Amino acid sequence: MDPEQNAWTRRHLLGMDGLARHEIGAILDSAQAFRDVNYREVKKVPTLRGKTVINLFYENSTRTRTSFELAGKRMSADVINISASSSSAAKGETLLDTMATLQAMRPDVVVLRHGDSGAPHFLTRHLDAGIVNAGDGQHEHPTQSLLDLLTIQDHLEEMGKTNFEGMNVAICGDVLHSRVARSNAFALRTLGANVRFVGPPTLMPSQAEKVFDIKVHHNMEEGLEEVDVIIMLRLQLERMTAAYLPSVREYFEYWGLTRERLELTQPHALVMHPGPINRGVEIASDVADNPNRSVILEQVANGLAVRMAVLYHLCTGAARNAAQLGESA
Amino acid sequence: MMRVESLFIRGARVVDPAHAHDGVADILIVDGVIREIGKLAAPADIPVIEADGLIAAPGLVDMHVHLREPGFEYKETIAGGTRAAAAGGVTSVAAMPNTKPVNDDPSVTGYMLDKARMAGFANLFPIGAISKGLQGKELTEIGLLKAAGCVAFSDDGLPLMNSGIMRRALDYSRAFGALIIQHAEDSGLVGCGCMNEGEVASRLGLPGIPNASEDILVERDIRLVELTGGRYHVAHISSGGAVASVAKAQEKGLKVTCEAAPHHLVLNDTDVGDYDTNAKMAPPLRNKRDVHALQEALARGTIGVIATDHAPHEEDSKRVPFCHAANGVVGLETLLPITLELVNQGVLPLSKALAAISCNPARLLGLDRGTLTPGCMGDVVLFDPQEQWTVTSQALHGSSKNTAFAERAVKGRVKYTVLAGRIVHQEG
Repeated sequence: MDPEQNAWTRRHLLGMDGLARHEIGAILDSAQAFRDVNYREVKKVPTLRGKTVINLFYENSTRTRTSFELAGKRMSADVINISASSSSAAKGETLLDTMATLQAMRPDVVVLRHGDSGAPHFLTRHLDAGIVNAGDGQHEHPTQSLLDLLTIQDHLEEMGKTNFEGMNVAICGDVLHSRVARSNAFALRTLGANVRFVGPPTLMPSQAEKVFDIKVHHNMEEGLEEVDVIIMLRLQLERMTAAYLPSVREYFEYWGLTRERLELTQPHALVMHPGPINRGVEIASDVADNPNRSVILEQVANGLAVRMAVLYHLCTGAARNAAQLGESA
Repeated sequence: MMRVESLFIRGARVVDPAHAHDGVADILIVDGVIREIGKLAAPADIPVIEADGLIAAPGLVDMHVHLREPGFEYKETIAGGTRAAAAGGVTSVAAMPNTKPVNDDPSVTGYMLDKARMAGFANLFPIGAISKGLQGKELTEIGLLKAAGCVAFSDDGLPLMNSGIMRRALDYSRAFGALIIQHAEDSGLVGCGCMNEGEVASRLGLPGIPNASEDILVERDIRLVELTGGRYHVAHISSGGAVASVAKAQEKGLKVTCEAAPHHLVLNDTDVGDYDTNAKMAPPLRNKRDVHALQEALARGTIGVIATDHAPHEEDSKRVPFCHAANGVVGLETLLPITLELVNQGVLPLSKALAAISCNPARLLGLDRGTLTPGCMGDVVLFDPQEQWTVTSQALHGSSKNTAFAERAVKGRVKYTVLAGRIVHQEG
């Protein structure tokens, strides 16, 4: 990787909120380069040799954790996975205690998945390592957003576009509880896309139009008109018992993505989903499996490349920051 | 027994809002009681405070304080909490009953009073629980608790959600002229919320608490005051809607009052910033419009009292992700400077501001404090209204340091706090 290409100066990746176009661009550009590594016969580069990456997962997430693990290993970093459900957190150890233990291991990057919004921000106040937010509560999931952006970018040509400017993107479903929706809304607006949230009023964040600079639709048919990209969100079934929704049947009837509704979008519209999908709840099986429209599996593949890029930028960026600190001290 | 003392305060600007007095004078305190105020000659053998350039006001009265003892001494003790009060110029504190055991029994009231007397930093006026164990089901012995020293009744920390119990509390307390203080938050609407519902919560991905949670309970309670004729007070009011409801009730002549906390009067939900757990409180910091409405209501007199909701928490309770952090902030030592900030911003004049932290809460609780009237106890705060300082955790005297005003530059410094003629705090 050409050092000149490293436009990343942040120590952490906590969210897409506040990232500039060139910062997003830097990661996407590197991700494209790293993607090639995954198609070589020997899928390994020495880029992060000697670096330590800790994956600290307080919530189960096989695909995100595996993706980060593989990303670190393909770049020759030492990767340690800590799953909090089987660790001392289950015995009552606080996040702060865990931090102290981790600090002693001197990691370069800690990748955190946590059920509480703001947990990675909390980490930044107690750890020297660079922190990657791998999903915090209902706040943000920046690497998922980056892999979504990379996936969309791959299909720009068939949309007749050269960039995200003016693109119509519908983010549909449980926006209120979705960190993916937040990260994507922030990032897509930064890149100039028009974003809509589509879903029932009980699953919309307060003052979403103002906060995210987007439009809100409660009617799926209206919300899907003329869109270039549909990002479906996963619906958690406990929303039914928490009185956000009356039933799965009604939810699918009004907000499920069906073939008929897909017809309302642009003919080239991409169907995306952060996975794992609930077939017949938020998305019909034939739509999810439609090879011409669904890019769900491409998203998974791009996740690896994006996470390699993020680890690269954070490790080299953190090293640079540390060097600068040393010089000034 | 608290030792009584004599003291001569020379040349202070004496501001006593209880009598609309404002002028340079001397204050003579003999045997703990204010003897005389005016142009006086200092008697021999009495200590003298040279107070040129200082304001002498009645010792402050904070009607909403959590002292944590008994039961949560690791957060704060009565001695520590009243020490912090003295440092803040507060000579009288009303302590909420959410201790362990709850102050729902005269024996607990007596224990608290004894502890405060032994510490000797401030007058303690316990507030008894409305319901046994704060369970919201059975009324406490309001009469016996009042006889033991409780000056008001509240389940603070928790709302009294059951309308039937609230009705009975307002009705029954009339027999004793007791004040019922409500923590007005509809728990169904609060849900798992941990900050104000609005733009900031949406951006941070934190579950929000709508203003309606407060508005609805205040509206309901006002209907019950109409029904019963009880005396009702809203603790730590935070929403513009609830304040409007209180104003309407007052226009109707109902016995409805409210207090606002300094943090709700000058901070808003953007101060949560980057998940700062010292900005987490119940009710939450609202938006700028609510803050403006609160300031207006304070100027109009709808809000008659500024009370801190002083809520000490040990560091571990706040050193966790935002949603898991304990609610509340300490406030005793920043009460005066933040109140003066409102004066300096032109929200309300000095006398009215000092009334909100002295005579108004004293009157509400039926205390013979909060005034410099000759014959009353010699509780005085002497402060330099111009001195600037920066709030830091090191500057605080209480055990817990969870202030929402850390690193804030403030103006107005307590120089002496005098309790019944005895200096209980002296700066430096």
